[in-house]
Amino acid sequence: MNIHEFQAKQIFKTFDVPVLEGYHAETPEQAEKAAEKLSSDKYVVKAQIHAGGRGKAGGVKIVSSPKEVHDAAQEMLGKTLVTHQTGPEGKTVKKLYVEAAANITGEFYLGITLDRQQSMPVMMASTEGGVEIEKVAEETTEKILKATINPLYGLQAFQIREMAFGLGLTKEQMKHFGKFAAALYNVYIENDASLIEINPLALLDDDRLIALDAKMGFDDNALFRQKEIVEMRDFSEEEPTETEADKYGMSYVKLDGNVGCMVNGAGLAMSTMDIIKYKGGEPANFLDVGGGASAETVAKGMEIILNDSAVKAIFINIFGGIVRCDRIANGIIQATQHVDIPVPVVVRLDGTNAHEAMDILKNSEIPQLVAAKDLNEGAEKVVHIVKN
Amino acid sequence: MSILVNKNSKVIVQGLTGKEGSFHAQQCMDYGTNIVGGVTPGKGGQTHLGKPVYNTVKEAHQATHADVSLVFVPPAFAADSIMEAADAGIKLVVCITEGIPVKDMMYVKQYLDKSDTHMIGPNCPGIITANECKIGIMPGFVFQPGEIGLISKSGTLTYEAANQVVKAGFGISTAVGIGGDPIIGYSFIDLLNMFEKDPKTKAIVMIGEIGGDMEIKAADYIKAHISKPVVAFIAGQTAPKGKRMGHAGAIIAGSKGTASEKISALKNAGVNVADTAAEIGQSLKESL
Repeated sequence: MNIHEFQAKQIFKTFDVPVLEGYHAETPEQAEKAAEKLSSDKYVVKAQIHAGGRGKAGGVKIVSSPKEVHDAAQEMLGKTLVTHQTGPEGKTVKKLYVEAAANITGEFYLGITLDRQQSMPVMMASTEGGVEIEKVAEETTEKILKATINPLYGLQAFQIREMAFGLGLTKEQMKHFGKFAAALYNVYIENDASLIEINPLALLDDDRLIALDAKMGFDDNALFRQKEIVEMRDFSEEEPTETEADKYGMSYVKLDGNVGCMVNGAGLAMSTMDIIKYKGGEPANFLDVGGGASAETVAKGMEIILNDSAVKAIFINIFGGIVRCDRIANGIIQATQHVDIPVPVVVRLDGTNAHEAMDILKNSEIPQLVAAKDLNEGAEKVVHIVKN
Repeated sequence: MSILVNKNSKVIVQGLTGKEGSFHAQQCMDYGTNIVGGVTPGKGGQTHLGKPVYNTVKEAHQATHADVSLVFVPPAFAADSIMEAADAGIKLVVCITEGIPVKDMMYVKQYLDKSDTHMIGPNCPGIITANECKIGIMPGFVFQPGEIGLISKSGTLTYEAANQVVKAGFGISTAVGIGGDPIIGYSFIDLLNMFEKDPKTKAIVMIGEIGGDMEIKAADYIKAHISKPVVAFIAGQTAPKGKRMGHAGAIIAGSKGTASEKISALKNAGVNVADTAAEIGQSLKESL
């Protein structure tokens, strides 16, 4: 789960990570009022979308009066921003954040995420702030300073010094950086974050450091104990079908193709997409319906797939282990009675009682159903259908 | 021979009295696994599925001398259960539970590093030594005995792979599902090393997926240390960047953890990488 910049900054404030004063707004009037509350001669109006790279896409405006804030807000709200993180379809701006502008003398990058190899958090700092950090990481790896943090001991003073010297900070700046980094680590640990990125981390003319931007993602597995974070969830930033699938314990990701896929298990689901592509087709989605694959899950899965009007055929690929294939076959037949299925459905069932299952499907005489004996045949059949 | 578990393994089940625990423990016993008891705090002294239930792992271990614990405890409490097993002296913990917070697993990892206990999983199907012992949730009949070691991050894809191994005329020595989470116990490298040393295992099938760099580390290890033929498959060639594909760990972060980089690393290490999941059995035939 991800949150907006203004929400991340609310969290930062409670953990003493320095941020500029600011307010969030959803109308030009609210934005103007927000500016009036900020005693400043310059204001920054920032589009709140779950993606970085807003500046380049016109999602950040610096203006000099509350009236201009109003106008900038009017222009920005409802606009679609396309950045390197939104994908080509972009994201619509529904919320804004209005901040007092600051006198910035330097920009850095600071982030924390999980180092999977070490199974510990890693803090990353770079002098290359304010730019696409992905590019820095790829092209100039040496410009990223890393501190792997043992969770038993926390962030150590020597690690802070190493990063601060690496960033070229002065003694006074280093003090501020130490407090900043320690507070940021607390934000990460206490909130079950999966990622925090501050880009840029701004150096002010009085040597203080502030989080000029803030991006936060959370460990979905820990949301059960992060009630305040869950309340920050903005469903309008999510693909509605993915949210719907999640409610039923299924995992769905929309793709651009026309072959809908329904599979039990994440690894097999990915492999099913891959083999469709390999055979010359384009998968429309990833859908893992979980291990069970009952009549209800199959019916719900069908509905979810058919939400996507691009889907021209569906491939159901189930490996029946402890849940027998004959039961799954009956589940599929029941599902076809509850959901109107306008496209052909290729079904491949393997595992326990696979032969009985094939017979059940063949004898059902449901015109949409096409049985396949294995993964290869199933993929070939479904690709053949969409191509003809 | 086999790796890690065999017909002599004594197993306790943490969460035995729960719905999942009961169902799968019964399935394991039907397969022939020697389940010697269970642990459910507050239900000590009861008998469940004909096995004694204990309040703590320590009591269960003292009474049964179990060497493996199979964990079905819900995600909010699972990390605690793993550490309890380690503290009691259980040598191998197989954790099936899906959805354990990453932070909890960070602490578990630190705890296990300072103990003699090893872990398979979490978020995995478990481990099976064909016709001897099943400690997990996989359909046992798929894993016909033979000389192929199987290591996988996935559940149903593991069954798919095992099924193809059998249809290709081979069988399984031991199959291990290492799990699809970002933090897991035994890695590909640990198990490749065990299969290399196991005289019963002639070749190894390794099933990976997008996310992290465990497969790339495994490729380096195979090049330097593995003499047996290795066949691999990597799932997620069509997965988009930045999207979690079911498993918590299956996500391409930035441009890291893609299927293509893993496939080329494995190919460079001399591994026969199957083009599709349907060709795992065929690739194994080619390699042997």
